[in-house]
Amino acid sequence: MSSDAKSLTARERTAKPKVAIFKFASCDGCQLSLLDAEDELLAVAGAIEIAYFPEASRNMRKGPYDIGLVEGSVITHNDAERIQQVRRQCNKLITIGACATAGGIQALRNWKDVDDFIRAVYASPQFISTLKLSTPIAEHVPVDFELRGCPINKQQLIELITATLAGRKPNVPTYSVCMECKRKANVCILVARGVPCLGPVTQAGCGALCPSYDRGCYGCFGPMESPNTASLSDQFRFLGQTDTQLSHAFRSFNAWAWPFRKASEEAEHP
Amino acid sequence: MTGSGGKTIKVDTLARVEGEGGLYIKMAGDRVADVKLRIYEPPRLFEAFLRGRHFSEAPDITARICGICPIAYQMSAVHAIERALGITIDPMVRLLRRLFYCGEWIESHALHIFMLHAPDFLGYADVIAMAKNHREIVEKALRLKKIGNRIVQLLGGREIHPISAAVGGFHKVPAKSQLAQLAEDLEWALQTSLETVQWTSTLSFPDFEQDYEFVALRHPQEYPFNEGRLVSNRGLDIDAAEYEDHFMELHVKHSNALHSVLRGRGSYLVGPLARFNLNFDKLPEPARNAAIQAGLRPPVKNPFRSIIVRAVELVFACAEALRVTHAYEPPSAPRVEAPNQSGFGQAITEAPRGILYHRYVIDKNGLITAAKIVPPTSQNQRRIEDDLREYAAHVTAWPLEEATWKCEQEIRCYDPCISCATHFLRVTIDRG
Repeated sequence: MSSDAKSLTARERTAKPKVAIFKFASCDGCQLSLLDAEDELLAVAGAIEIAYFPEASRNMRKGPYDIGLVEGSVITHNDAERIQQVRRQCNKLITIGACATAGGIQALRNWKDVDDFIRAVYASPQFISTLKLSTPIAEHVPVDFELRGCPINKQQLIELITATLAGRKPNVPTYSVCMECKRKANVCILVARGVPCLGPVTQAGCGALCPSYDRGCYGCFGPMESPNTASLSDQFRFLGQTDTQLSHAFRSFNAWAWPFRKASEEAEHP
Repeated sequence: MTGSGGKTIKVDTLARVEGEGGLYIKMAGDRVADVKLRIYEPPRLFEAFLRGRHFSEAPDITARICGICPIAYQMSAVHAIERALGITIDPMVRLLRRLFYCGEWIESHALHIFMLHAPDFLGYADVIAMAKNHREIVEKALRLKKIGNRIVQLLGGREIHPISAAVGGFHKVPAKSQLAQLAEDLEWALQTSLETVQWTSTLSFPDFEQDYEFVALRHPQEYPFNEGRLVSNRGLDIDAAEYEDHFMELHVKHSNALHSVLRGRGSYLVGPLARFNLNFDKLPEPARNAAIQAGLRPPVKNPFRSIIVRAVELVFACAEALRVTHAYEPPSAPRVEAPNQSGFGQAITEAPRGILYHRYVIDKNGLITAAKIVPPTSQNQRRIEDDLREYAAHVTAWPLEEATWKCEQEIRCYDPCISCATHFLRVTIDRG
């Protein structure tokens, strides 16, 4: 190691809040959002001590940490134990993304027989250890804040880190994607063109991306606060969607989030 | 410690790779007794989710295998499904897809060269520490990465899990003027990439060469992205439809990702080194000249020099992106309508880390009945272990901490994406 790599004194390092980033079952995309914040990365790294972030650093410092960011869902026995240790090490525990807050796309296993499936996939199923369900972090330990999205919005992540350091409530809206469409003056594709769109029941945060690209929202930010899924389901049926199509619409990246889960099961067994 | 016997190199959590893996090397004197690239990233079992879903959902669902290279998944998915349905895409859509891939390559290669790999060569734990003394390089890297992301954002709405790719084309295509706005940034990126080739060539490389079988796509006119035959330096020359006749996956205990091997031949290498060695003549002139000036001519057999090859591919991606921004005219429709009909199709595209194979079987209602996906890292896994078996013997005389770091660096030459590799465990029964 070159000597200049050690030029920061231990004192300078320890004076900053320690942040750790933990990965469970996920695609790595939400933690990548931090490295994708190209304009803010060096400033963020100046304000905090990134103490544990294996995707970005070989230097893995021990806890306790001021803030722990958790990506991914729990799908193995080992991870179910590891999240308990992680919680004990972190003053504030924040989940980032649909896997950590709702079980992610891998929660689609929750409606299948995982053992049968693994037997079909692997030549030696005894090598594989996995749980029947993919569950969000909050089903295992108390969580201080859940940031939505598949993937998360990096500006919301920066806001969340900034707010947490300042001890204030992060400015992350809980209204629906419809609000963002209105603000962008998008013509409603559900009403005007009859395109099935989950915007009315999905939490804002993406900037109404899909409707802005001429397609219906597929719900990657998960359910908004008190969503009226029953009414939207009626609308989908009115547009000619089958029970299976309706069930699949709710059953994707936030399938295990309760309002979507309930709506998908009601569609499956009307 | 040569001759002391029983030395063990062990890394529980590999850093600066995507996903979760570890390394275990057992030495017996100077001899390497055992090498295991341990992949404990838990399997997410995607193939199950794809079964019964409509083919139009495949690009969105498979993107979630990897947050680093979602476009690769979207591209292999749409091409395989288009083949299954017998769809021909508009030439301008084809051009836009090349641009889309350029964006991902620029973003991913800039991330790897500067943020994941360069710290090894310069002796830092990470890019943040490196920025303290090399701020200018890191700022350039971030701007380069941002330009790649800007392309992806324009075509796909956002950098990670973009939303516009569709079977038959895109949900929405940009106006000509929007692409023209990229040109200024791309000119800067091209210059910076050329400087990056020069800069990476001045790093110091261990004297380590291996006799690889390189596998990559090859196209008659282009450096490969979405099309071409699959070729190797040992005579392989096949269509994507023949892939499974030549390659197979093995299930080993220490890895949740299946090991892919060439039938009867064993391990092989995919990614920048393979593409460069097999397609050197297809690189645009600035990229080829930069390579030659950096002392790089095929075949490059030293995996550590892949950092220079990635920089050469950055030059290619910037030059190609510029070409597309000039040549583009909006197609008459953003996509060809895709009918519900039964079919069977395979496709291979070049992800930043190497070839990515998809196969789908679709029924008459347009629902997927079977899917198989083989990501680049699962194909390189066996090769990484073979490398380490040789390389560990080279570094065994070094102090343990240094030897460990060196072995980690060797693995990072492959830019392994463990999340990808694990997320594609097959549905079909592997009888090996």
